[in-house]
Amino acid sequence: MTVVSPSSTGSASSQSTQSLKPTVFWRIAADIPQSLKWALMALSVLVPLLLWWGLSSTGWVDAKFLPTPGMVVNALVVLWQDGYLLGDTLSSFLRVSGGFMLAALVAIPLGIGMGAFASVRSLLEPLVGIVRYMPAPAFIPLLIIYLGLGEEPKVALIFIGTVFFNTLMIMDAVKFVPKELIETTYTLGGDRRQVLLQVITPYVIPSIFDTLRVNMAASWNLVIVAELVAADSGLGKRIAISQKFFQTDDIFACLIVLGLIGFMLDLSLQAAMRMTCKWAVK
Amino acid sequence: MLITSAVRSTHYPANMHLEVAQLHKQFDTPQGPLIALQDINLHVETGEFVCAVGASGSGKSTLLRLVAGLEMPTTGEITVDGQPVIGPGIDRGMVFQSYTLYPWMTVQENVEFGLKLQGIAARQRREEASRYLDVVGLAQFARSLPKELSGGMKQRVAIARALANHPKILLMDEPFGALDVQTKETMQEFLLELWARLGISILMITHDVSEAVFLSERIYVMSARPGTIQREVNIDLGRDRAYAIRRTPEFYHHCETIMDLLRGTATAPLPA
Ligand SMILES: Nc1ncnc2c1ncn2[C@@H]1O[C@H](COP(=O)(O)OP(=O)(O)OP(=O)(O)O)[C@@H](O)[C@H]1O
Ligand SMILES: [Mg+2]
Repeated sequence: MTVVSPSSTGSASSQSTQSLKPTVFWRIAADIPQSLKWALMALSVLVPLLLWWGLSSTGWVDAKFLPTPGMVVNALVVLWQDGYLLGDTLSSFLRVSGGFMLAALVAIPLGIGMGAFASVRSLLEPLVGIVRYMPAPAFIPLLIIYLGLGEEPKVALIFIGTVFFNTLMIMDAVKFVPKELIETTYTLGGDRRQVLLQVITPYVIPSIFDTLRVNMAASWNLVIVAELVAADSGLGKRIAISQKFFQTDDIFACLIVLGLIGFMLDLSLQAAMRMTCKWAVK
Repeated sequence: MLITSAVRSTHYPANMHLEVAQLHKQFDTPQGPLIALQDINLHVETGEFVCAVGASGSGKSTLLRLVAGLEMPTTGEITVDGQPVIGPGIDRGMVFQSYTLYPWMTVQENVEFGLKLQGIAARQRREEASRYLDVVGLAQFARSLPKELSGGMKQRVAIARALANHPKILLMDEPFGALDVQTKETMQEFLLELWARLGISILMITHDVSEAVFLSERIYVMSARPGTIQREVNIDLGRDRAYAIRRTPEFYHHCETIMDLLRGTATAPLPA
């Protein structure tokens, strides 16, 4: 094609015609080759690990402050052998599960109700909107006064810290249910209850999973905060004890365990969603 | 695909009469009241295929939503067999332009859903849905998810889903508006055949004049701002129509007549 448009008869303008340069790394909203993907993902873990190893084992940073990877692995083994690792992890995990499940149990129906009914939304949105900006850890003293030092205040803290976000995120998801899907249901003979339970709810289940994933992370934050303040077991407690005895290797060990548990829980929630909501998987 | 004189005789009522009388619809918008429909009178009789055509904004969708009971008239009345329409009901099946299949249900479950909502037993539901999947030629896709279907197939499922409820009348709002030209033509012939076979009454909205002429026996031509019916046109092309009819002078003539009516009221072209 050698069509010359009247506006570009000059050679200068045709030379200055610019097109988007091809790229692999910087493609926006497009996939990269699998091999590159895995390589980059490996780098994302290996580079910090190498950096850590380099900094600590060359003596650049005092091993008292930055233990070597070897020391941390050692600490992990010792913690495991002493039974602390399993016990503390289990304590934290149970608290998280309790608070998180309670929050989900309340937030799912509440969020769906608020999303579906403008009336319920008007009734609750101002309250939820204000309370959610009260930082959950600020409730710790009150919770201790009300509920003592046992499991209850920790579970309650996680509940308070996640239930409002859960609710608002699920409410927002309901707003994305196409109006025509709801109207179709009415023309098929459905009543409001059926629309709520058989159309809106299944439609937002993938979003509920996403919401739960976000709030799972928040739950772990909160359980550690609660345990740092007052607890007789738990990974947060272990970290607090390690601080007292300047055992940075134990602290690192706990941090790594926390990261891995969170990562695995997130993966399992993703897997659960892929299994239950095949329709929503791209 | 050889249904179903059985379906026809047992399920679709021998008599149906939709009447829209002195209908007005006004929306209160932030810019003030907007008259979407004014002085609408129309009717659809048993087994008729009626289209309403009009430019964008002439209130076609609003009209259909009113008939479906998804919207309430400001004044005027809509009756089906003398019963005033006070809300959505299974006597009026609806097919939207946008794809409205439930994405988490299989094709089969989608078609069954209306029957499920009415508490019909699982076995009967399955049989009924299978029959209508046969009718629309999608039996082999019963277990597929909507996302695996093409646009035309999705609309067929939506039609089967509406039909499985045995509505007195099928309401369609630009059901083929989102389809490519070839698929659209296939779907038009499919719909004609379905209509002839089942003897169902259809009120369809479209802005595609040739589609309206090809499909319907009567056309209401609407004009915009405010939405009114400016003319009722009878399309005397007989009931057995094939694609070839589009090449006949009568077909052109009808199209031109309606196009002229629409042009007369179409908004002036934008200044260059
Ligand atoms: N819920 C609503 N609130 C306010 N105005 C509305 C509402 N629904 C429709 N309208 C207005 O009513 C008029 C008619 O809309 P309608 O959707 O019925 O037109 P239409 O003929 O279907 O157009 P199109 O061909 O684009 O689908 C438009 O001006 C639209 O903006
Ligand atoms: Mg419309």
